[in-house]
Amino acid sequence: MRQDSTSFLDELGSLASIPIDTIQESITVADVERVLLADRIGREGFMILLSSAAGRRLEAMAQQAHSITVRNFGRVILLYTPLYLANHCDNSCPYCGFSAHCNIDRRRLSLSEVEAEAEAIAETGLRHLLVLTGDSRTESPLGYILDCVGVLRRRFSSVSAEIYPLTQPEYEELVRAGVDGLTIYQETYDRGLYSHLHSRGPKRDYRFRLDAPERACLAGMRTVNVGALLGLTDWRKDAFFAGLHAAYLQRRFPEVEVCLSLPRLRPHSGAFTIPIPVDDCALVQILLAFRLFLPRVGISLSTRESARFRDHVVPLGVTRMSAGSRTQVGGHVLEGRTDRQFDVSDDRTVLSVKESLERIGMKPIFKDWHALDAHGPQVVEGRSA
Amino acid sequence: MLSTDDVLTIGGRALTSRLFIGTGKFSSYDLIPEVIRESRTQVVTVALRRLDFENPGENMATRVPEGCILLTNTSGARNAAEAVRIAQLARAAGCGDWIKIEIVTDQRYLLPDNQETIEATRILAAQGFVVLPYISPDLMVSRRLVDAGAAAVMPLGAPIGTNRGIKTRELVRILVEEIELPVIVDAGIGHPSEAAEAMEMGCSAVLVNTAIATARDPARMARAFGLAVEAGRLAFRSVPGPVLCKASASSPLTGFLRD
Repeated sequence: MRQDSTSFLDELGSLASIPIDTIQESITVADVERVLLADRIGREGFMILLSSAAGRRLEAMAQQAHSITVRNFGRVILLYTPLYLANHCDNSCPYCGFSAHCNIDRRRLSLSEVEAEAEAIAETGLRHLLVLTGDSRTESPLGYILDCVGVLRRRFSSVSAEIYPLTQPEYEELVRAGVDGLTIYQETYDRGLYSHLHSRGPKRDYRFRLDAPERACLAGMRTVNVGALLGLTDWRKDAFFAGLHAAYLQRRFPEVEVCLSLPRLRPHSGAFTIPIPVDDCALVQILLAFRLFLPRVGISLSTRESARFRDHVVPLGVTRMSAGSRTQVGGHVLEGRTDRQFDVSDDRTVLSVKESLERIGMKPIFKDWHALDAHGPQVVEGRSA
Repeated sequence: MLSTDDVLTIGGRALTSRLFIGTGKFSSYDLIPEVIRESRTQVVTVALRRLDFENPGENMATRVPEGCILLTNTSGARNAAEAVRIAQLARAAGCGDWIKIEIVTDQRYLLPDNQETIEATRILAAQGFVVLPYISPDLMVSRRLVDAGAAAVMPLGAPIGTNRGIKTRELVRILVEEIELPVIVDAGIGHPSEAAEAMEMGCSAVLVNTAIATARDPARMARAFGLAVEAGRLAFRSVPGPVLCKASASSPLTGFLRD
């Protein structure tokens, strides 16, 4: 295993003196055209694609992004679904429905409940699962998560985790248990705003969260998924840093499949006004800029977005989508028992999402990895099935 | 179809078609049978990672006709051990013994890891697999693959999905000259003319996925590739005349000898 002390934080530090606002204002449509004609798009080109000038060239960007995506990934979309194991949380993120200050029912699934949820999800045909917990090491310790993974791996060919940041040895335990992907969002790359939003709880540690994907890669995780929670601040900056974060991870860990998500703030049970809402045009621009800057990066679009919006933007660069999502603990079998982390916009069933994708000429797939150890689903004589 | 006196023999199987088809990028699995029919391919590669054994409707392998050879690939493998494990799972799943080794340790360029590929070839060939390793074209690596028991070598023409053609032409040409195993160009071929070019160079076959799967009419493009491969092979066997830089109309210096 590699052990070293480099961090994306160093790159962020080197960017601190760049006057992004001033540069953004000076960008013209001609600059955008120049970037669109380039063979390769670097950091400067990426910034140009996130500018307001580029917002006037969305169709040209979309044509290129679509073409690049088809060449690299075909017309294939991987479907997965989240499974919320627990909603206990020691943080007070004002934008999150699981925040410690939210007065909601708290619970943690028992292993038999996990089994029941797994059975219900597996019946939809999905083979990729994302397990989530709130940020509470006392209520949802790593041992509990590992036990859940042990149950889930029998039914799913790939299990990813979106949980509180761990140390490298802990990620190694997760990998040994069969977790092959990690999703962790920095929320915002703006350190000052981050400190303001996360003033208490373990999440206060900006660096520990920022370095989590790197620790996961060092631990042998196959896939890491990063992103910023869009709507907390100027999206042009947070999308820029999220893209650079993904590029950094690709460079440093070329064997790892790096993905970007575009989570847009959604209403939830708490009272929180979205500071700088991100409209549909902006979200599309971010998606296109990500794809043009990083042609091989995975891009994930969740049920935070509406069915109509998802159907339209999928061909522009998306490679994976959640479907049939429930954002409350036990949402698949124990429906309605607890509050949601956020409201989903696309509440279609897995089958409905699948059929919708097929109608627009995309191929939804349920399986894109096969666990290689003895604990995953077993193979059966398949060709003549 | 090519005459039966021109067969390509790999792993004891005699192939009359020299076009192998990939399946990873189609918009619907329903297209695959028609693409196979139109291309007249006899070898179809599928990724084990995509095979959903618990859901026959989503199991691409069920769309491959019995007469075709299923060439399972190890897409997703990052080292020799993972490729070996995937091959063994494929065999256990009834996918047969033909395995295309794909070991990629760089997700941006998807270039194969030749060193790990040699190791996986050695292990799998010893276990009785018909091993077709996907490689960056390299003579010494190819010689080691021969020693390791490979059934063919599959050099890339350009990075996967780029449709850029045979950018590695000079290196592939050396493999064709020096390696006694079939040389099958895999990856990069974007147009039927480039498939024909590979065949004219003396390659034994080509493998095409992106160019067919992402065409507006994949079945028609599959047919075009089938014809191009056949044309290129015929041209190679016909031994084309030499390529000259200048017109060569007479013998100005030695003509007097015939006066």
